[in-house]
Amino acid sequence: MGGNSLHGVTDAIVSIGFHGLAFAMVLYLISVGLSVTMGLMGFVNLAHGVFAMLGGYVMIRLMNRYGVPFLPALAAAAIAAALASIPLERLLYRRFYGGEELDQVLLTMGLIFMSVAGATFVCGPLTQQMEPPRWLSGQVDLGFRHFPAYRSFLILCGAGLVTALWLGLERTRFGAQIRAAVDNLRMAQSVGINTSRLFMLTFALGSGLAGLGGGLGADLLAISPSYALQYLVYFIIVVAVGGLGSIRGPFFAALLIGIGDTGFKYLLPEFGAFFIYALTMALLLWRPQGLFGRA
Amino acid sequence: MAAGAEHSAVRDAVIDAFARRHRLHPLEALPWLIAVAAYFALPGYLSLGAQILATILFVLSADLVLGYAGIVTLGHAAFFGTGAYVAGILAANGWGEPISGLIAAALIAGLVGFLSGLIILRTTGLALLMQTLVVATTLYEAANKAGRWTGGDDGLQGMQVWPIFGLFRFDMFGRVAYAYCLIVLFLGWLVARRIVHSPFGRALIGARENTARMHAIGAPVARRRLVIYTIAAALAGASGALIAQTTSFVGLTSLSLERSGNALIMLIIGGVGRLYGAFIGVPVFMIAQDRFSSIDPVYWYFWLGLLMIAVVVFARGGLLGLIERLRP
Repeated sequence: MGGNSLHGVTDAIVSIGFHGLAFAMVLYLISVGLSVTMGLMGFVNLAHGVFAMLGGYVMIRLMNRYGVPFLPALAAAAIAAALASIPLERLLYRRFYGGEELDQVLLTMGLIFMSVAGATFVCGPLTQQMEPPRWLSGQVDLGFRHFPAYRSFLILCGAGLVTALWLGLERTRFGAQIRAAVDNLRMAQSVGINTSRLFMLTFALGSGLAGLGGGLGADLLAISPSYALQYLVYFIIVVAVGGLGSIRGPFFAALLIGIGDTGFKYLLPEFGAFFIYALTMALLLWRPQGLFGRA
Repeated sequence: MAAGAEHSAVRDAVIDAFARRHRLHPLEALPWLIAVAAYFALPGYLSLGAQILATILFVLSADLVLGYAGIVTLGHAAFFGTGAYVAGILAANGWGEPISGLIAAALIAGLVGFLSGLIILRTTGLALLMQTLVVATTLYEAANKAGRWTGGDDGLQGMQVWPIFGLFRFDMFGRVAYAYCLIVLFLGWLVARRIVHSPFGRALIGARENTARMHAIGAPVARRRLVIYTIAAALAGASGALIAQTTSFVGLTSLSLERSGNALIMLIIGGVGRLYGAFIGVPVFMIAQDRFSSIDPVYWYFWLGLLMIAVVVFARGGLLGLIERLRP
């Protein structure tokens, strides 16, 4: 009996860790762009989830209606979100960089409302069902246990993207420019970095990643018209806990929130969400600037 | 000598301007005249009118927090919902006396405001915005889980609200509801007006405009922010109680992000930090909502979103701001 219950505990821990990790990857992919927007441009973009939702819709629509294979549809989701973000950034967001929070909050709430209406108009009010492709359905055997194949792919994919993102930030010229602008915007401008162009590209990159996260995570965060409003708390929590303008901070915050949320909902389904909110409040009281933010 | 006389003339003008600001302007009677006139002129719309009056109180309380103290909140519905549930649970469990229910709702909402403010007002900026959102979301989840008391997702039903003073029964035309809401709103407005014109209110504006400087002159900024947050929470709770008592229903949406957001929208349409923004923004918003959302709720959200963006981009200061700009 003892061995059995021990096995059960290990099983629960592995299960929580696995699903929590998958959730964390989705949260990170969606939220990292938001962190940069808030830290670099000083813009509270509540509508960031709209780009994730757009990615989800594009991917599911392409797969279900036009029979496009999974991977190209996923790429299309990211590209669509990135492309859609550019005119918004140029026409609307740019005017309010570093401005009053209230304006930014209202502007982006307006965008959320329009996205709810737009999504309902185009795709109807129902939740979109995501069918994983055949090569990702079922289970994979890792020797000691079976894991759902799609979630495993999600974790691998997320890990690959995170590595690419961090390497890109460290090793490329563009990454160096972003780091310079986050560190000291005016200095970056005075050494000749075109920050307006930098902002636009960073914004598009962040939105593209969100689109990718929305598509990849469509079975975790279900795609429906109220997506941007429904999951806003999660995205904001990840950014606020991780620290504004940080690329790495939101990753650890996403791990904490993803695994914590999965764990508490698994162990105490009645009170699941409370722990995350309590944890967030405690963390923000301890470090209002976030775990990795600078005071 | 001439310079001295000029100086004292300027000083007198300044003192005069300060003194005049507190005095009632004839235009300030306008909303009340319209409200009373509407009671007689539009007998078919009194239920909607009562909702509008109660919501004005809610948005007015949001204006105290946002417009005067400069606290950008995404969780003001926390207090509205608390008040609504307090009044609702009392009335559903055998205590339907409306006035005491209203007072209990305001007190408990104020207490929630005080306790949450004690914790969250230490932060500023995004962290504060976040915390207000988290407080409201936590209460929403709590109300959702405590189905035995709140009815959960289905909403709280079975409220029995007694007649006011044992005399005025809430009628199906909303006459009593309208008068009740109007009187409570008037009292709330008196409180709010008194606050914003008091030295306390001026100090709040000072802290909003330049926090560091108010700290530097030794003003207790944190305490003042907490006080106004608590008062605004109590007013929002009273507004929630009004809606609960006059509609005999409380739903989870009374605690939702959507309601907090709508309060901001109504305030920005009317004009922030002007005390009368709520009196313009709420009727415009709610009458438009009543007209359009019954036709098609989806389109309503589309146009609402577009309107918000237009207000932020083109009409800072809302309708009152536009009027101010047009006046010579």
